[in-house]
Amino acid sequence: MNLLIFVPVVGAIIVALIGSKQLAMSVAKVVALLDFVLAVVVLIQFNTNSGGFQGVSSISWVPAFGISWKLGVDGISLFLVLLTAILFPIALFGSKETKSVGSYGAWMLLLEASLIGSFLSLDLFGFFLMFELTLIPSYFLIARWGYARAGFAAVKFFVYTFFGSAFLLVGILALVFIHQAQTGTTTFDLVTLANSTHLSNTAQEWLLVAFTIAFAIKAPLFPLHTWSPDTYGESPLGPVVIIASVMAKLGIYGMLRFDLELFPRASSILAPLLLTLGVAGIIYGAIVAASASHMRRFVAFSSLSHVGFIVLGLFALTPQGISGAVVQMFNHGIYTAALLLIIGFIYERRARMGFDGLGGLQKTAPLMAGIAMIVVMASVGLPGLSGFVGEFLILLGAFLSHRWWAVVGATGVVLSAVYMLWAYQRIFHGKQSEAIARDGFKEITKAELALVIPLVALIIFLGVYPKPMLDRVNPTVNALVAKVAHAPSYPSSANYSAQSKG
Amino acid sequence: MLLPLAGSVLNMAFGKRLKRPYAGIMASLFVAASFVLAVVTWLDLLAKPSGQRVFDFTLFSWITSGSLHLNVGAYVDPLSVTMILFVTGISSLIHIYSIGYMSHDERFSTFFMYLNLFVFAMLVLVLSDNFVFTFLGWEGVGATSYWLISFWFERPTAAAAGKKAFIVNRIGDFGYLTAVFLLFTYLGSLSYGKVFASVGQLSHGTVTAIALLFFVGAVGKSAQLPLFVWLVDAMEGPTPVSALIHAATMVTAGVYLMARISPILHLSLGVGTIIAFVGVVTAFIAAMAATSQTDIKKVLAYSTVSQLGYMFLGIGTGQYVAAIFLMVTHAFYKALLFLGAGSVIHGMHDEQNIKKMGALRKLMPATAVTFILAWLSIAGLPPFSGFWSKGDVLAGAYQQSPLLWLIGAITAILTAYYMGREVYLVFFGKQRFDSSVKVHESPKVMTVPLYVLAILSVFGGALNLPISDKFRFLENWLAPVFGHALTQSTISSSLRFVLGAADGVFAIVGIALASSLWIKSSSRPAAEPAFLAAAWGIDRFYDRAIARSSTRLSQMFADVIEVKVVDRATMSVGALVGLVARYVRKVQSGYIRNYALYITIGAILILGYFVTRAGA
Repeated sequence: MNLLIFVPVVGAIIVALIGSKQLAMSVAKVVALLDFVLAVVVLIQFNTNSGGFQGVSSISWVPAFGISWKLGVDGISLFLVLLTAILFPIALFGSKETKSVGSYGAWMLLLEASLIGSFLSLDLFGFFLMFELTLIPSYFLIARWGYARAGFAAVKFFVYTFFGSAFLLVGILALVFIHQAQTGTTTFDLVTLANSTHLSNTAQEWLLVAFTIAFAIKAPLFPLHTWSPDTYGESPLGPVVIIASVMAKLGIYGMLRFDLELFPRASSILAPLLLTLGVAGIIYGAIVAASASHMRRFVAFSSLSHVGFIVLGLFALTPQGISGAVVQMFNHGIYTAALLLIIGFIYERRARMGFDGLGGLQKTAPLMAGIAMIVVMASVGLPGLSGFVGEFLILLGAFLSHRWWAVVGATGVVLSAVYMLWAYQRIFHGKQSEAIARDGFKEITKAELALVIPLVALIIFLGVYPKPMLDRVNPTVNALVAKVAHAPSYPSSANYSAQSKG
Repeated sequence: MLLPLAGSVLNMAFGKRLKRPYAGIMASLFVAASFVLAVVTWLDLLAKPSGQRVFDFTLFSWITSGSLHLNVGAYVDPLSVTMILFVTGISSLIHIYSIGYMSHDERFSTFFMYLNLFVFAMLVLVLSDNFVFTFLGWEGVGATSYWLISFWFERPTAAAAGKKAFIVNRIGDFGYLTAVFLLFTYLGSLSYGKVFASVGQLSHGTVTAIALLFFVGAVGKSAQLPLFVWLVDAMEGPTPVSALIHAATMVTAGVYLMARISPILHLSLGVGTIIAFVGVVTAFIAAMAATSQTDIKKVLAYSTVSQLGYMFLGIGTGQYVAAIFLMVTHAFYKALLFLGAGSVIHGMHDEQNIKKMGALRKLMPATAVTFILAWLSIAGLPPFSGFWSKGDVLAGAYQQSPLLWLIGAITAILTAYYMGREVYLVFFGKQRFDSSVKVHESPKVMTVPLYVLAILSVFGGALNLPISDKFRFLENWLAPVFGHALTQSTISSSLRFVLGAADGVFAIVGIALASSLWIKSSSRPAAEPAFLAAAWGIDRFYDRAIARSSTRLSQMFADVIEVKVVDRATMSVGALVGLVARYVRKVQSGYIRNYALYITIGAILILGYFVTRAGA
C-alpha cells in the first residue's frame, strides 16, 4: 500500500534529476505503469467479503499530536485508486509536451502520489496534507504548460480550492479538539474519531458544512463550480484528464468518507440541502452545456451535471444510491477521460477548441467517430455501457428515500441526450466545412487508439458485467448505510456545541 | 438471441475486408439462423400443454445492490415467442432485401453491423425476464435507430432526425424509468414473474400511476400523440431501416410493453380508456395527415403512426390478442409497403415525390403487384389480412364504446383512401417524370422478399379467424399470457358479422373515393389543405414553443447567469480576498507559489498551536 504512494514520489525525484531530456518522460511513463501494476495487485488481493478497511498499515508519525501515517483501502477507495493508476499512464502517454519535460513528468508523478495518498489515508492530518498537496503540482502543470489564459485559470483554480481547504482545516482541528476534550487523547485517526467522538446534532451540522465546502468546491458542486470551466479550458491535455476525471472525485470521495463516517447524523439531516444542490447541478450543468461553444468548457458543464448525479446518489443514503455513486465515480472518470482525449485529438488536428468550423468529421475519420459514439452513449447512460449502471442505481436509490428529488434528477436523462448528441452532431455529423475538406482530417492513429481502447473496453465490460465491481463496493457501502441509519441523535446538547466553538 | 450480436461483432471486425455482398450475406445468415431457433423454441412450447408454456432462465447476475438483484435472463412465453418469430422472420427478409438496396453504398458493412445490432437489441427487449434488462433492449433499439436514421450523416436533416428520434424517445424513457422505480419501491423486485405475482398488493392509485408512466414510455417508443413527431423525420434513414425499425418492429415495442404489463393495466383505473382514446385519436390525426403528403415514405410514416394508434386502441379496450394480431399483420403489409416504396425509389434513382411518378406499373410490375396487394390488405378489404386484424380491434372498440368505434371506422375509410391515392399516383395515371430517367425493376434479391411478404399479407388473416373458436389460433396460443386481463367478447356472432361487413364497406368506400379522385388526375390542391400536409402543425408548434425557447433559455443560462451571476459572485469574493491579500502581500513576495507555501506553513503552525494548547 505504501509502495503505491512512494513509487511515484521516488519516480518524481528521479525524473526531476534527469531533467528535460526525453528519457525523463520515458521514466515517468514506466513509473506510472509500475504503479498501475501495484494497484492491480491491490485489486487482486482485495477481500470481497469484508466491508471494512483492508491492508491497514500504520506508522506513528508525530506521536505528540497523535498523528500517524495510516493507510488502508476499502470498497470505496479501491476503485478510486485504480482509476488514478489507470489514468496516469494514459495521461502521460497522451501528453505531447516538449518544453521541460522533466519537470512536467515529475509534477505529474507527484500529483499521482498525492491523489493516491488522499484516497488511502485514514488519518485526518495525512489526508489534509495529501489533499492540499494535490494543489501544488496541478497549479504548476496548468500555469506552465497550459494554453493562452492558463495563468489566470491556474490562479483562480488555486485560490478557489485553497479557500475551501481553509474550512476543512478549521473543521478538522475543531473535531480533533472536541475529541481531545472528551477523551483526553489527541488523535487524527479517522476510525477513532468516528467511533468515539460524541457530537451534538448542531455540532455535527457545523462541522459537516465546514468539511463539505472544501469538498463541494473540489467536486465541483453547483454553484461552487466556476473555477472548472476555466481550468478545463486552459489546462494541457494530461493534467486536464487528471483534474476532470480523478481530482473531481476527490471532492466526492471526501464527502463519502468523512461527512458520512464522521457526521452520520448531520448527513441525514442536511441530505435534502445537498440533494437539492445535486439536482440543481444536474439541470444547470445540462442547460449550460447545451449552449457551450468550447469543447472543453462543454465537458466542464457536462461533468457538473454528472457530479450532480453522483451527489444525488450519495446523499440518498440508501445502498443503491451510494453504490451507484461509487460506481459512477469510477465510470465517469473513465468516460470523461476518453472524451477529453478525443477532444485532444481533434485539437491536435485543428488547433482549436471551439465547435465552430467542425462537422462531418465522421466522413474522413469513421473510426474516431465510432469510438466517440460509444463514449457519448456511455455518458448518456445507455444500458449495456458503464454509465447506465451507476446512473440507474443512483436514481433508484434516490427514489427510495427522496422520491421527488429523484424524479426531477431523472429529467437529466433527457437533458444529457440533448446536449451530448447535439455536441456529437456538431463535431461528427453534417457537411464538412471548406477548411476541413481542404486540409483533410486524419483518422485516429494507432498511438491514439492505444490510449482510448483500454477505456472503451472498460466502458463496455463494466456495462455488461459490473458484478466484479459491485461485489467489492457493496459490502463497504452496506456497512456505511447501516452506520448512517443507526447513528444516534443528540438533538439538544448545548455543551457539545459550546465546545466546538472553543 | 446472441446470434445477431455475434453477426454484428463479426461485421464490425471483418466487415470492411469482406467484399461487398458478403458482409450482408453473413449478417442475413445470422438473423435467419436466429429465426430458425425461434421456430424451434416455438415448436418446443407447442409440444407442452397450454398452461405450462413458460420458462425463465438466467444467464448471469447483472446489477446487485442492497435488495436489488437484476439478472440477464430470458422469459419465454407464448407472447415473447410470437414476438421473436415475427421479428426474426421479417428481419431476415429485410436483411436480404438490403443486400440489393444498399449495394451502391460506401459503408455497406457498417450498415449491416447496425442492422444486426438492432435485431439483437429488439430480441433483448422481447425476451428479457425483467424490466431493466428489457430497458437495455428498449434503449438499444433507440440507439441503433438513431444511428440508422442518421446513417447518411452528411445530410444535416438526417443527422438532426436521428438526434430528434433519440431525444423524443428519451422523454418516454423518463416515464418508463419512473415506473420501474415505483415498482421496485413497492414490490422490491423487478422480474416479471415476481412483479406479476404480487401486483395485487398494490393500491389502485399506485397501480394506476405505474400503468400511466409505462404508457408514457410506450407513447414515446411507438410514436403516439403527443410524441409522434420523430417518426416522420425518421424517414431520412435508408428505406429498409424505415421498413424494419420504423414500421414492423421497433415502434411496436410500446404495444408489446403494454401487452406484457397487462396484469398491471388490468388492475389500474381508467388507464385503459386513456390508452384507447390516445390510440384512436392518434390513428385519426395521422390518417388525416397521410392524405396530404407528397413524399412516398411520409405517407407510409403517417400511416404507421395511424396503425399503431389502432393497436393501442386494441390494448386500451382489453383486446390484447387483437392488438398483437394487428401488430403481426401490420408488420407484414407495412414492411411490404416500405420495401415496395424502396424498390420504387431505387428504380427511380432516388425520387421520392409521388407527384413526379405515375404509370410505374408497366415498368416495375413485380413491385406494383405486391404493393397493390399490401394496399388492399391495409385498406381492410376482405379477405386480406388487414381485414381480419383491424376487424377484431374495431369489434372490441364497439363493445367498449361506440364513439371509439366511430372514430376508428372513419379512420378506416381514410386509410383505404390515402393508400389508394398513393397507389394511383405512383403506379397508374400518366407518366409525370422525365423520360430520360431510366426506370428499372429491382433485382431478384429485392423482389423475392416482396413476394414472401405479399403472400403473408394476403393470407396472414388465417392466424386468427373469427369463424369459430377452433380457428382462433393466435387467441388460443396467447390466452394463457393474458389470462383474465383479456376482455371477453360479449358481441354476438351476428353483430360481429355485421361489423365485419361494415369494415368491408369502409374499405370499398375509401378505395372508391381514391379511384374517383386520383386515377386520372394528379393534382387536387383544394382537397389537400396545407395544415394537413404539415401534420396539423404539431411539429412546427413544438419547434417554436419548445425547441427554440429552450435553446434561448440555454443560451441565457450560459451567457448571462453563468457569466454575470455565478461567476461574477465568485470573482467578487475572490476580489475581496485579493484586497485583503494586498496588505498581506507587503510582507510576502506576491507570487502565488510563495503565498501558497506560507499558507501551508501557517496552517501547520496554527495546527501546532491548537494541538499543544489542547494537550496542555
